[in-house]
Amino acid sequence: MNRTQLVEELRRVVGPGGVVDNPHALMTYDADGCVMDTGEPHVVVLPTTAQEVSGVVRLAARYGVPIVPRGAGTGLSGGATAISGGIVVSTARMDKILEVDTRNGRVLCQPGVINWELSQYLKPYGYQFAPDPSSQKACTVGGNIANNSGGPHCLKYGITASHVLGVELVLPDGAIIWTGDGSPAAPGYDLTGVVTGSEGTIGLVTAAWLKLTRLPEALRVVLALFPDIAGASASVSQVIAGGFLPAALEIMDRLAIKAVNDMYRLGLPESAGAALLIEVDGVEDGLDALLDDVTAVCRRNGAIEVRPARTLEEQNQVWAARKNAFGAMGRLAPTYYLVDTVVPRTRLPYTMEQVGRISQEYRLPIANVFHAGDGNLHPIILFDRRDRSQNQRALEAATGVMHVSIEQGGVISGEHGIGVEKQDYMTLLFTTDDLAAMAGLHQSFDPHDLFNPGKVFPKGRGCGELAALRRAGIEWSALKGA
Amino acid sequence: MERVSADQPVSIPLIPFSAKDRPSTDIINTCVHCGLCLSSCPTYRETGLEMSSPRGRIYLMKAVDEGRIGLESEVFQEQMSQCLNCRACEAVCPSGVQYGAILEASRAQIEQARAAGKIPARPGVPSEVPDNPALPPRPLWQRALRGAVFGGLFKHMGLFRAFTGSMVLYQKSGAQWIARKSGILKLLGLAETETMLPALSGKMIAPRGQIFPAEGQRRYSVALVTGCIMSTAFAEVHEATIRVLQKNGVEVILPPGQGCCGALHTHGGDLDGGRELARINIAAFEGLGVDAIIINAAGCGGTLKEYGHLLHDDPAWHERAVAFSKKVRDIHEFLAGIELNRAALGRLEISVTYQEPCHLAHAQRISAQPRALLKAIPGLELREMHESALCCGSAGIYNVTQPEMAARLGARKVTNALATGAAVIATGNPGCALQLAGELRRRGKDVQVRYIVELLDESYRRGPAPAA
Repeated sequence: MNRTQLVEELRRVVGPGGVVDNPHALMTYDADGCVMDTGEPHVVVLPTTAQEVSGVVRLAARYGVPIVPRGAGTGLSGGATAISGGIVVSTARMDKILEVDTRNGRVLCQPGVINWELSQYLKPYGYQFAPDPSSQKACTVGGNIANNSGGPHCLKYGITASHVLGVELVLPDGAIIWTGDGSPAAPGYDLTGVVTGSEGTIGLVTAAWLKLTRLPEALRVVLALFPDIAGASASVSQVIAGGFLPAALEIMDRLAIKAVNDMYRLGLPESAGAALLIEVDGVEDGLDALLDDVTAVCRRNGAIEVRPARTLEEQNQVWAARKNAFGAMGRLAPTYYLVDTVVPRTRLPYTMEQVGRISQEYRLPIANVFHAGDGNLHPIILFDRRDRSQNQRALEAATGVMHVSIEQGGVISGEHGIGVEKQDYMTLLFTTDDLAAMAGLHQSFDPHDLFNPGKVFPKGRGCGELAALRRAGIEWSALKGA
Repeated sequence: MERVSADQPVSIPLIPFSAKDRPSTDIINTCVHCGLCLSSCPTYRETGLEMSSPRGRIYLMKAVDEGRIGLESEVFQEQMSQCLNCRACEAVCPSGVQYGAILEASRAQIEQARAAGKIPARPGVPSEVPDNPALPPRPLWQRALRGAVFGGLFKHMGLFRAFTGSMVLYQKSGAQWIARKSGILKLLGLAETETMLPALSGKMIAPRGQIFPAEGQRRYSVALVTGCIMSTAFAEVHEATIRVLQKNGVEVILPPGQGCCGALHTHGGDLDGGRELARINIAAFEGLGVDAIIINAAGCGGTLKEYGHLLHDDPAWHERAVAFSKKVRDIHEFLAGIELNRAALGRLEISVTYQEPCHLAHAQRISAQPRALLKAIPGLELREMHESALCCGSAGIYNVTQPEMAARLGARKVTNALATGAAVIATGNPGCALQLAGELRRRGKDVQVRYIVELLDESYRRGPAPAA
């Protein structure tokens, strides 16, 4: 097998302008939004149709080369990184919105459509695509499906899985199938559910029917300021316990506020140790009463100030600050490690305390910006990658956060996916049987392990091996470190 | 499967960044690789290629900075040239990466390496250095362009005005028709470029210390930067600017001795050429005691506001440059910041769509003010276009150096503008105006391209309707 020949054949499938094979150009594809793990692809292709994708996949199968799907490369778990080389299939040129079907409440689009632009496109119809990851201005719908992405408004509207009605999928043997026609409650296995969150390991989505969500008639946005994060966290669990369902409940701590305060001209006081962003939406009538109830909970928990964002401009400002907070970390440190875990909401105050302890223990600042309403933590460990000791401590601190989250009854990924970043933590959460069941499903789609290999499942162990462990009755965790 | 990797040993030694005008390692490392810039980048949107995105380009700069690749890398050179320097990425970057600064420094590095004969001349970034005899000569048209842009023309306004005069003659004499028909422009590689030439006004504005008094009570005193192309091809825009300012109680001075702002030079990697022009302008505007230095071209405004950075290594000029830049106000920024004389505005029953010049929206973050001014005109209907802030492909001399990408972006922009059905496309920069007019002419569309100040001027000249 030789690369030149593969590149030649790929050119015949996607056209000469759709293949990147210059080594310096390939270098820019060696990572996504997660720079902890890098890997250069052998070649990048930019197909425009499902047929072209199928042609590429058939070639990959013939040559025995991995396929790594990539949207905008904003992911935070290395899911789009070609850690063992192969063909990166970029969906950047599959960026068309094909059909808006308001009568059936659905939209058909290609995977490279940018999340935010889809919602902008739907706005004149009075609809939106509800999942709104913080990277929504750049990330693609295909990446959202692969990672089952969440976002601030998923508290009320549900994560991506609740919004995918059916996908066109190119299977690892090159076959093109539809997992559903966009109508709810189809008979048979829920293949749409299998695809969503599978991180490109069982096929490549080339089109999707997505659910339309009505834009709310009205909304209110306020920032409640607290002296510390404990009061903000306590407010969140009490608001939910009180039966309220805000559209979003987001917390930023002191360090995060520092990163965004100037850039987004928020003018928040230095004394604010935490800011709780509350959005309520729905019909205009009763919205103010709902907001009053929610802010009353905040005041009872020690809120020092409640600032409404009255104009659309102010609301956009506050949201821009919240959503761009990760990127803004470059203002505080050259590198960050964004950890994504979930704990039960009632365990938030204790977990946040533990995160503070971990920060001290490993002598690294940790900023927190998170989907508090979902109990989805995002501790951001700040360090300098060029310093080996800091590098090591950052990894250990992240592991510490994982352990705390699981102890508190949580999980190791809220919305960013497992990718390469979290694969070794899978065993903290799942038993060998759990993992083997997933591996078995994976194998039935991708028996030669060519679709985004080396992701999701624990490192160095193929799916076949996992299945064998299960048959032998050996716990994976017992082997760790052996 | 064999693996071709960029960090494999290569036989040719890598050419590193040199010390002079080196792209700042600190700025490069501010990029956290989040990718939020991708969707704002015109070349990424057109190609979908990572190396054609801001993140990809910074990655390439980082690779040269860390010695993994060298200036001889064709991908590096091509990408530094293909970037429009529109700085849309800078405006959306959460980490505040000063992209323009490292791009311009990277271009300067390439130019320096070319001057030293380390790398061959290539299409793309023009420079004023003579061709190295050991290397193949550049195409004729590029040499002509380089001479025009970076040689004497822009540095001596008298020459510039004389050249523009000859172009007026060229357009009016019928020579243009002959040249178009004969294909000589195509032969010279100038066919695309030539359609961009504006229908030149016969008038020109030469700053000689003229003072235009404020109408009514004087509220402010300002100095106008007349620039190069604005003072010749777009002299009428200057006249409109002066009249609008006068209407608002502003006295306008045209200081003598000023020249081109140097934007084309700094954007093209000729930082020293830009510095030379910056010093001329700083000296010309110093000690006037005006409230503001007004500029009506977005590209120039962006550069004038960054003289402080341009001259940061020059102890004799740095402070003076900072003081100069502090006083610079874009015309829209200035007018929106004072109490606008609304009473004297007349009705203009027209539909207008606004195309945001990159160096207004992104480099200067002036986005709301131009719209506020348009909305202030009674009767005017503002119809927002899709992707208003995505570069139109003009970008200084980009439409000459990268005609293919420029044409794609120009077509995209005009398609978006026409979709609004507006009769007028308003903008605030000569490059955009030329690019839009060229594309509209190619399509045979009867849509006007106007500066916002021209619309304001028209509204003032019409005057308020007499009370019934």
